[in-house]
This record gives sequence, structure tokens and C-alpha cells, in this order.
Amino acid sequence: MAIDPSQVRRFAHGSRVPGWDEAVDLTKDPAVVPDPATTPVPEGIRREIEAAMALYPDVRSAALPALKVVQREHGWCSPTAIEQAACVMRLTPAYLTAVATFYDMFDTVPVGEHQVYVCTNISCSLRGADELYAAMLSAAGDDPRFNVRSFECLGACDIAPMASVDGEYLGPLTADDCRTIVDDVLEGRPVLEAKQLKRRPKAETYWKDAP
Amino acid sequence: VSAGRQLLYQDIDEPGLNTLGVYERRGGYEMLRKALKMDPQAVLEEMLASNVRGRGGAGFAMGKKMSFIPRGAMDKYLVCNADESEPGTFKDRELMQKNPHQLIEGIIIGAYAIGANKSFIFIRGEYAHQADVLDAAVAEARKAGFIGERILGSDHTLDLVVHRGAGAYICGEETALLDALEGKRGNPRLKPPFPAIQGLYKGPTLINNVETLMNVPIVLEMGGAKYAEIGTQTSTGTKVVSVSGNVQRPGNYEIELGVPSRELIFDLAGGPPEGRTVKAWFPGGSSAPVLTGSDEHLDLPYDFDTLAKAGSMLGSGAIIVVDDSVSIVDVALKTAKFYRHESCGKCTPCREGTNWTVKMLERVQSGEATPMDLDITASVCEQIIGNCLCVLGDAMAMPVGSMIKHFRAEFEAHIDAARERSGLGMAIPQVNRGRNAGPGPMRAPAGIDPTAAVA
Repeated sequence: MAIDPSQVRRFAHGSRVPGWDEAVDLTKDPAVVPDPATTPVPEGIRREIEAAMALYPDVRSAALPALKVVQREHGWCSPTAIEQAACVMRLTPAYLTAVATFYDMFDTVPVGEHQVYVCTNISCSLRGADELYAAMLSAAGDDPRFNVRSFECLGACDIAPMASVDGEYLGPLTADDCRTIVDDVLEGRPVLEAKQLKRRPKAETYWKDAP
Repeated sequence: VSAGRQLLYQDIDEPGLNTLGVYERRGGYEMLRKALKMDPQAVLEEMLASNVRGRGGAGFAMGKKMSFIPRGAMDKYLVCNADESEPGTFKDRELMQKNPHQLIEGIIIGAYAIGANKSFIFIRGEYAHQADVLDAAVAEARKAGFIGERILGSDHTLDLVVHRGAGAYICGEETALLDALEGKRGNPRLKPPFPAIQGLYKGPTLINNVETLMNVPIVLEMGGAKYAEIGTQTSTGTKVVSVSGNVQRPGNYEIELGVPSRELIFDLAGGPPEGRTVKAWFPGGSSAPVLTGSDEHLDLPYDFDTLAKAGSMLGSGAIIVVDDSVSIVDVALKTAKFYRHESCGKCTPCREGTNWTVKMLERVQSGEATPMDLDITASVCEQIIGNCLCVLGDAMAMPVGSMIKHFRAEFEAHIDAARERSGLGMAIPQVNRGRNAGPGPMRAPAGIDPTAAVA
């Protein structure tokens, strides 16, 4: 029963653990706070980040809002995006990269423009979230315009199984809904209006009127 | 069906309640006017008298927490914890979305009582719609003079900022939340000093859950002593309970603390689907040790102390029901995987313990485990508890440990069945290869050819 090496799943760089493929260039100096003279930052981005910085006693608190702004504008937290935020906030890119990699909603690799988060935590999976996720993957998983991923509890177990599509909470979903969601998103319509969480009354009322 | 009084949910679906006009028409911000005429200490006394306990998870008395904040003029902060990421919990989402002004009023009164001039609502990034609702409500309140300098002509000044998180369960932990709010990675801090002494920007900070703060105007309206008459002696007031999982009518239900859990699960939420029975239930989010579907557990009054005595906790007030069609091994694995993903990595017992627990439970599921692995899992869980800066590791160890305790027979049966399926035969007692033997194929007893079994 020896281990067959060909059966061990490995990443493209040959290791069984991710993250070792980006070798550190030790000859390079660490990135310093970007120089405003040589780092062009679009005016809109600068204004939004500066407005966020003004809200807090310590400007660093604007790190999350700033990363949100650049991610929205660039599609993901690319090195350029992070450099721009770092330039406005007067922080090193390394600091903001460290923050961006910590949080699930920041993408440090390019992703599709439409975020589809399928909740696969306990409450949802008790009601068929894993099947829903599979259906969503087959409906939009290969489409480069979509970023379909399973997510930890999104805080909407009353409409389980559910998904958040570009921030819109939808549920309870069936496998058939996935196609509608994709079509609605691509055609710019409100997504699956009948199943939007924000339209749902409190549980007591909802279940009294439910079929 | 309704279990007792409703203070927060009675008219929550009134159209337009999220706007200032409707909220004020219903008597909103009256309590703020009343509070501003009172001495801050008197407001605090009311909170102490009400004995309202934190609704976020720890169940610590709010008045007591407020009384820890130092007196005197200094930069003090009030932070509303709206990160609500505990699996199974969705009460704050509905409360904030439908009645944001009551939360804002509670924050202003709370800040007045402790003398804070800057307050934040830390809302999880996924709640985009709710954050927009709050932003709009804050703007309305600011325009009406409830937020800003010299509120309603008093000496009290308060600024309120809605801060959106970016997707991290750990930010619901109060010190990790403070780090996230300061623009860092959300790592918990060493306590003490507690945030009441040294919190946000090193200033004294009061951190409270959304539902707790929404109770503040109610306490002032009723009077602390009167409020304390609702519920049980040590768990006062009402609680919004999120019931989810295998029930027919999942949703938020407001109850008086102390009603039997059975009433919540069966009468309000409809119980498990036809023909199924309750196998296990989490009484307070996925971090709470599970209870079984036995009468002894289902008849427990739903309040802080009774559940603690029964070996579990009320936590965030989220009941997840698991019915008898579900394998408890799957539930345990799902739970452990969640905490592995969300562990921030700062403390070794949690970072490694959650990972190894997942690996062992995966072995159980695939049929590579032996009953001895259950003991090892339980011992890993034991070694996580109490050994980290925060309770995220404990929050995995407690439910997984309780599942192994209550359903050990099912785990063992699952191991046997999975081994049978994978062709390894019935459970073979694992041979201890010694501490340094390293990973390698398991040794089978004499007479069994393991290679033949695999082929």
C-alpha cells in the first residue's frame, strides 16, 4: 500500500502546498511608499480615498475602504491598484498587500467582474447548498465574466440555500434558478426579483401567507 | 404563534420604518431627548438595573461593561459590532435593514452615557444593502441634528461612521474588530488590557452588538427595573432567535428569554420536515456545543444560564437544527472546515488544531480512521480550549468535541461502514508506530494482506 507519487495532487510548481511559486527577488530593494510624482493616480480614486481618510482619527483606518475603491476600479487588487492606494495613503504597498490578503472579499488574482458567492456553510448545506454550488458552477463556472465561489456563512440562513450575486442576497434557490441568475446579470436586469431577500417580510408574516 | 412579548419585532415590517419620518412618528428619538436631559450616570444606572446581557455571543451584562469605561474627559469610543458572521445568525441583518434608526438612537444614548464622542458601526462587507441603509439613516439623523456637534442643544457631541468590513469571521471578535477598524489585518489582541480600558486607537472603547444597542432606547422607555421583569431573573428581556437548518419555517423569531426550546423549534419554526426527528441542534450558532433531540434537552428553557448549565451556550441566539437524515460526521467536518478557513493564524493551537481536526475528520469520512482517531480528535480539541488569544479555536473545539461525545456510536459506525466500502475490512486497531515513525502506511495485523484488499 505504498503511496503512488503520481496520485499525489500537486500545484503547477511541483509542491503540494500553494504559494511557493512566487520566488522572492532578494536582490531587489523593498518597495517604499510610492512617490506621487511618478505614480499616476486617477483623480476619482484619489478623491474617494482621501474622503475615507478624513473620517477617521488615524488615516490607516481607511485601508479597507481604500482597497475597496481600487478593487472596484481595477477589477481586482492588482499591484498597480495597491500602489495607487498606497500612494494616496502614504503607506508601503507591502502593508496594503498584507491587509488585502487577509480578507475574503479582496481578490489578489484577476477574477470575473460579477461576484457570485454561494453560501456553503452548515445551515445552507443542510438544505442543499452543495448541490446548488455545483449547479451554479456548471451554469457560470467557466464564464470568465463570473467569479463563482463558495463562501462561508453569509448571514441569511432563513433563505437557505442562498447566494449573493453582486451583493444582492437571493434565496431560497433551486438548481433551475442558476440559469436565470446568469441571464439576468448578463442582461443587466435586477437579479431574480422574486427571491430577493430585501423584499421578504419577517418570518412570522412570511410563513403565515406562504403556500 | 408567538412566545411572549415582542419589543423589537412587533412592527418591524411597517412600511418606511427605515426612514426618519416614520421612525419619529412612532416615537423615535424621544428617548434620546429624555436621555440628554438625564445625567449620564443616571442613564448608566438604568442600564445596570435592566441587567440586559450582550446579545452578540458572550452574554456579558451591558451595564457592567459600560461601568468599566473610565470617567473624565478623554478620547473614548463606542463601536457597534455588526459583523454578525456566526454561522446560523442573521438577526442583526434584519434589524439593521428594517429599523436602522433605533440602532442609531441606541448608539447615541450609549455614547452619551459613557462620554464617547466618536462611534463606529463595523458592519460585515457582505451586508452591502444593509450598509447602504445605515448610511442613508446616518445621513438623515445627521441632518436632523441627532448626530454632530452639540446634539439637540446639549453639550454632547458625537460622530458616527459606518465602516464596512471585507469578509473575515474573526472580525466579529472584539479586539480583532478593533484591529480591522484601525486598518490592519484582523488579528485578536492579548487581553488584558480589555477594550474598555485600552481599545480603539488606544482609547477606552465600548463594543456592543447591534441587538444589545437596539435595546437601549427600550430600556430607557420602560425603565431598567421594569425591563428586568421580562424574561428570567438572570436573562432579562427578549431575544431575537435565528432558527435555521432542517426546520419547516426558518427565520428570526423574537421570544421572551426562558421559553422552552421546544416551543421555539417546533411551534415557531415548525420543527423538522414531516417524518423526521431532531437529531441534534446548535443552541447558539455553530460555536455552541450541540445538544441532542432528547426530551431532556428540548425542554430546556432558552436562556443564558440554563443552556450554560446544560453544557452549551446561548451564544448569538442562533438555533441550527439537524434532523435524523443527516450524518453527524458531515456536520462535524463542515463545522471544522469553517473554523480552519477562518482561523487568523496568530495562535498555534488554533491554526494547527483546526487544520488537524479537519484532516482527522476527513479520515473518518473516507474510511481511513480507527476509533482511536476519535480520541485523538477529542484530545486535540481539549488542547485548543483556553490556549489562544481569542475563542475562535474553542469555538471549533467545543461543538466538534460535543458531537463526538454525544454521537460517538455514530462516528464509530460510520468509520466501520466507510472501511467496509473502501475494502479495508472492519476497523483494525491502529498499531502505534511510535512518535517519530512519520507518516506511512498503516500496518495490518498478521494474516491480512493490505495490498490485496486495496486491489
